[in-house]
Amino acid sequence: MDLIAAWFSHLNDTTGINFTVFYDPFDRARFAHGFLVTLQLCGVTIIGSVLVGIFGAWGQGARSIWRRRFVQAYIQMFRNTPPLVQVYFFYFGLSALLPTVKDAIGNAHPLIGGFIWASISLICFAGAFNVEIFRSGIEAIPHSTIEAAEALGYTRLQTYRHIVLPLGLRICMPALTNNLVNLIKTTPLAYAIAVPELLYVSNQIWSDNENVPEMMILLFFIYIALVGLLVFAMHAWEKSLRVPGLGK
Amino acid sequence: METAAADANAPPAIFTRTRVRVGLIISCQIITERAGCLTSVIEHIAEPVLMTPTPTTTTPTKGDPIMNIKKRALLGILAGFSASIAAHVAHADAVQDIKTKGTLVVGVKADYPPFGALSPSGENVGIEPDLARDLAQRLGVKVQFVPVVAANRMQFLEQGKIDVMIATMNDTPERAKLVDIVHPDYYASGYNLMVPKTVKVTSWNDIKGEPVCAIQGAFYNKEVAEKFGAETVAFTGVAEALTALRQGRCNAFVYDDTAIEGKLQDPAWSDYDMPLQSQDAQPWGIAVRLDQPELAAFISKAIIDWDKTGLILQLETKYHINHAAFAVQMHNKYK
Repeated sequence: MDLIAAWFSHLNDTTGINFTVFYDPFDRARFAHGFLVTLQLCGVTIIGSVLVGIFGAWGQGARSIWRRRFVQAYIQMFRNTPPLVQVYFFYFGLSALLPTVKDAIGNAHPLIGGFIWASISLICFAGAFNVEIFRSGIEAIPHSTIEAAEALGYTRLQTYRHIVLPLGLRICMPALTNNLVNLIKTTPLAYAIAVPELLYVSNQIWSDNENVPEMMILLFFIYIALVGLLVFAMHAWEKSLRVPGLGK
Repeated sequence: METAAADANAPPAIFTRTRVRVGLIISCQIITERAGCLTSVIEHIAEPVLMTPTPTTTTPTKGDPIMNIKKRALLGILAGFSASIAAHVAHADAVQDIKTKGTLVVGVKADYPPFGALSPSGENVGIEPDLARDLAQRLGVKVQFVPVVAANRMQFLEQGKIDVMIATMNDTPERAKLVDIVHPDYYASGYNLMVPKTVKVTSWNDIKGEPVCAIQGAFYNKEVAEKFGAETVAFTGVAEALTALRQGRCNAFVYDDTAIEGKLQDPAWSDYDMPLQSQDAQPWGIAVRLDQPELAAFISKAIIDWDKTGLILQLETKYHINHAAFAVQMHNKYK
């Protein structure tokens, strides 16, 4: 570790290529924290948005017209607005209408902080797409398969859980991977509401050291690595789910 | 002063001083009113000038009015160039020139209360316009204001659109290479905290571990975090940071002290306060063009006189802001 720090410090002294995050303890600590926050944000929003997709797609097939309309309204609302606008809407707009909590000195603070609002808005944004992605998988299942399930005495929920969703998931996997990749690339928007994720801390670091190109390069490679990791995991999952006779 | 050299290099007779000035003022007004005209002016650069003998005084009575504006704007620009060339070559006494001309053209801010702003009636008000009026009074001439912003104030001065710039400009070595920044500096601003009155803060150490709103990219964010241990919550713009402060997302907002002073005069922010001493004060300088040592010397004397008489402190009181530590210090030094 010391060796790496010494080498990057030397690199800066000799060439002016300034990767402070590798040798300055303060910058290293905040960059590591930013990386951790980005990982958390990615994890929470990926899981959340997939769940929204699964439940939303089920709601789209509901018998109640109001449930179907609700899902449709949700999709339209979050698919048709820019994610940055959504983040601002939740953080500054909706948050102002919610109750506040008082701290020890009697100052009122909002109930929900930046990280949670960023997670909620990104889950809603990616979730709206995921609902449609799951629908594409579900609608690809032959009607005869569902009829067969009904003939065996499956309820609608049982059919969805044991037959429609597992088969549909396999079909919509490539589209789902695409959307989750996009979701990871949308997390830096949280920087607009001061969530200290990677882009935010990088901005702080390059404001202090004027090493914009270096930080940009670093960000670039970190996001390539993150997305690469996700794609790798999704492909592995896709492979393990493969059943003979379905798809290729 | 080298008279012979001045005569030899004197500008062509067509560009007399008064005509140059009229052209300058017109071009300046037109450009600020019609930002888009500049490109079209350049398109017409070959055609109009030489054919019109006294174009700056012609009134746009006939023909296409847009064309007339373009012609006048172009002439103004050309006059501006020649004026700066003339200024470089002729080395006239700038103070004497201004006295002959009868007006002192000063670049001031129009969007930075209480330092430079416009009153509802369109008059330039604030500490800096008042200082400019004092300068003009000392010269025995009228004052004329040109609104400037950070992005164009240096160019306006270099091109001769303004004689003097008093526009909240920090005195930095890079700027001192381009314009003559008069010493001593007349003011200084640092960063400070805007705090809700419900939050009791008595020293900078009180913000340790507290969330403090900030602007992304401000140079003092790191210092606030490292030196005082605050948890900075940085937003992309001032409006966002102020909203977050009002919504209670942070206990304080770190920003330029002079801008906080301005904000605190707004009744909407009457529940907020700036209780601490400013940190890391950076000096502000009045600037003139590089080749006008007489004017610089004149202004330098005026600044010392302001410090001696306490004029800047009086103006701070007049515009309801606290005395900057720098202003008090300078008053004590020269009184």
